[in-house]
Amino acid sequence: MARYQNIFTQVQLSHAPELGVPMRPGSDPRGTGTSFNHLFGRFGQAQIGPIYLGWTGIASLMCGFLAFEIIGLNMLASVGWNPAQFIRLLPWLSLEPPGPEYGFSPIVPLAKGGWWILAGMFLTASVLLWFVRTYRRAVALGMGTHVAWAFLSAIWLFLVLGFIRPFFMGHWSEAVPFGIFPHLDWTAAFSIRYGNLFYNPFHCLSIVFFYGSVLLFAMHGATILAVGRYGGEREIEQITDRGTASERAALFWRWTMGFNATMESIHRWAWWFAVLTTLTGGIGILLTGTVVDNWYLWAQEHHYAPSYPDTGVVDPASLGSKGQ
Amino acid sequence: MNVTSLRFGAIMVGVALLGACQPGAKSNQQLGYRGTGMDQIQLKSAKLVEPVPAPPYDPPAPGGKPAREAYQNVQVLGDVSEDQFSYTMAAITQWIAPEKGCNYCHNPANMASDELYTKVVARRMLQMTQTINSTWSSHVKQTGVTCYTCHRGQAVPAVAWTLPPTGNPNSIVGNLHGQNAPTPASAYASLPNTAVAHYLIDKDAPNIRVAANGTHPTPADKLTVMETENTYGLMMHTSQALGVNCTYCHNTASFRAWNISTPARAQAWYGIRMVREINGDYIGPLAKVFPANRLGPMGDSLKVNCATCHRGQNKPLGGVSMLKDYPALRSSAPMMPAVAAPAPAPVGAGVTAAR
Repeated sequence: MARYQNIFTQVQLSHAPELGVPMRPGSDPRGTGTSFNHLFGRFGQAQIGPIYLGWTGIASLMCGFLAFEIIGLNMLASVGWNPAQFIRLLPWLSLEPPGPEYGFSPIVPLAKGGWWILAGMFLTASVLLWFVRTYRRAVALGMGTHVAWAFLSAIWLFLVLGFIRPFFMGHWSEAVPFGIFPHLDWTAAFSIRYGNLFYNPFHCLSIVFFYGSVLLFAMHGATILAVGRYGGEREIEQITDRGTASERAALFWRWTMGFNATMESIHRWAWWFAVLTTLTGGIGILLTGTVVDNWYLWAQEHHYAPSYPDTGVVDPASLGSKGQ
Repeated sequence: MNVTSLRFGAIMVGVALLGACQPGAKSNQQLGYRGTGMDQIQLKSAKLVEPVPAPPYDPPAPGGKPAREAYQNVQVLGDVSEDQFSYTMAAITQWIAPEKGCNYCHNPANMASDELYTKVVARRMLQMTQTINSTWSSHVKQTGVTCYTCHRGQAVPAVAWTLPPTGNPNSIVGNLHGQNAPTPASAYASLPNTAVAHYLIDKDAPNIRVAANGTHPTPADKLTVMETENTYGLMMHTSQALGVNCTYCHNTASFRAWNISTPARAQAWYGIRMVREINGDYIGPLAKVFPANRLGPMGDSLKVNCATCHRGQNKPLGGVSMLKDYPALRSSAPMMPAVAAPAPAPVGAGVTAAR
């Protein structure tokens, strides 16, 4: 018996490919290559394509590929081109930014961090071109540009970490290395150096929006799935022509917490929470070391961090001790 | 897939996840103010220590002829009694070279001869042990140390370090930049694994503390995040060496602030200075005495770090004081240089390789 479900749609319709709305006059001709994939259809739409690559897409993928290759080949070189060691040590391997001795100079020997600058440059070009692409595709389809701006918020944090803050600090060595464990160790070292990032209020805001995004995602996803049997996943239709799914979902939240988002506003909540996560995070990182050098002391001064009872331990270095 | 097999799979996954648990009995101890997570949780089995070796025979009664009158060429223990001297030698043999015996350091035909390098090293190590026990009570308290604290029946202590070989710094090939490899020295992180060499080499080693003294940046304080990773690496080493976590010494609200730290932090501070003196003044200069097979790839001697004594315990040997049975190791006898004009160990290349 065929059942209609909306998480893994068990019935896949065979139909002519959807090619979408007509292009605006003067547009480039659109690709028409499409195919269907049953496995894709189990998770999302079975139709693959049509894909619009355009010059921003091609340039973005090329820059991204170059960055990926520079990082990967540097890691492979660091283990003496040994593929087995490359796989074994991959989580530990890294491409490090130039050391403090090079300041913020763009000209650094390749082996001393020049490759890091190159990889960062190509990666930055790639994500910015992808931003342009998402913006232009949205305009071409007559959509709003919400996706592009949300992506730009993530790019903001990325650029603060790797370019804007190193610029203000005056050296590349403040930037994050490329690598799985190395970037995590950087994160911990960053917090230790600047007196505990948890006392950075913008870091707090970023965490609030991050966890808030997760909570909203869970609440919204659960609500829509729960009313899927009434067609609730057709959210946009429910906004303009409120059906029983929307009414039940709204009533559910009023019953449980007295208030409900609307079918439309919940998406604004989600978008702002996601965008503000990286926006506030980037501000917090940018202030660290440039304006505030020790967040614990800052928080003590502003009565923002708790004061714990003095343990009576004093710095031995302050006792005039040479270590004995 | 039917419901039964789904349920069975879920149960099996749940059981498999339990494999990651540590079922042994734990002990815990609160080390700081409530709510700060300053709690030391340890497996009870981790506290069990092998018993320390008993004295070779009953300690001799005080008094008697000084060793320097009974034997020739006794430079460090000349003031102790002949009986105490023999007793100490017997213990050292048991601690350092139980299989090779006296001949590991002495020429049996002429016990006074310094022809074996091991005897020259042993003399310097006796001076070092006396210095630790007489001037570093800030770290070793009255528990003190003996040769056994590090050696544990082996001529070369099981835990030691040397300066790492440096690759070609101008090439990326085979160059891990002194980090990015899972080694115990960096707690299996991608942190610099030369942190110990960076900070424990000698008394001129750089400052470990990294967090700023003031709220706002000053031109004087330009330490980078990259340099901070060395401090982090050293702290990971210390944590592993002592079998404790960060909060054994620190309130993690601020790693920097001393007034919310535990007394153990000050004791560790002195320990780090003690290790710098051990490496810089005693073991490092012995590099020219040691044969090549006792040296690291950079030609330096095998030096100590926290783990050389601690071996995963916050108190080495479970806090048992062996020193009380060996008064000769406590006295601060007149220090005679065993090695004339000690040359500084080859430093530099390996240390800067961390960057």
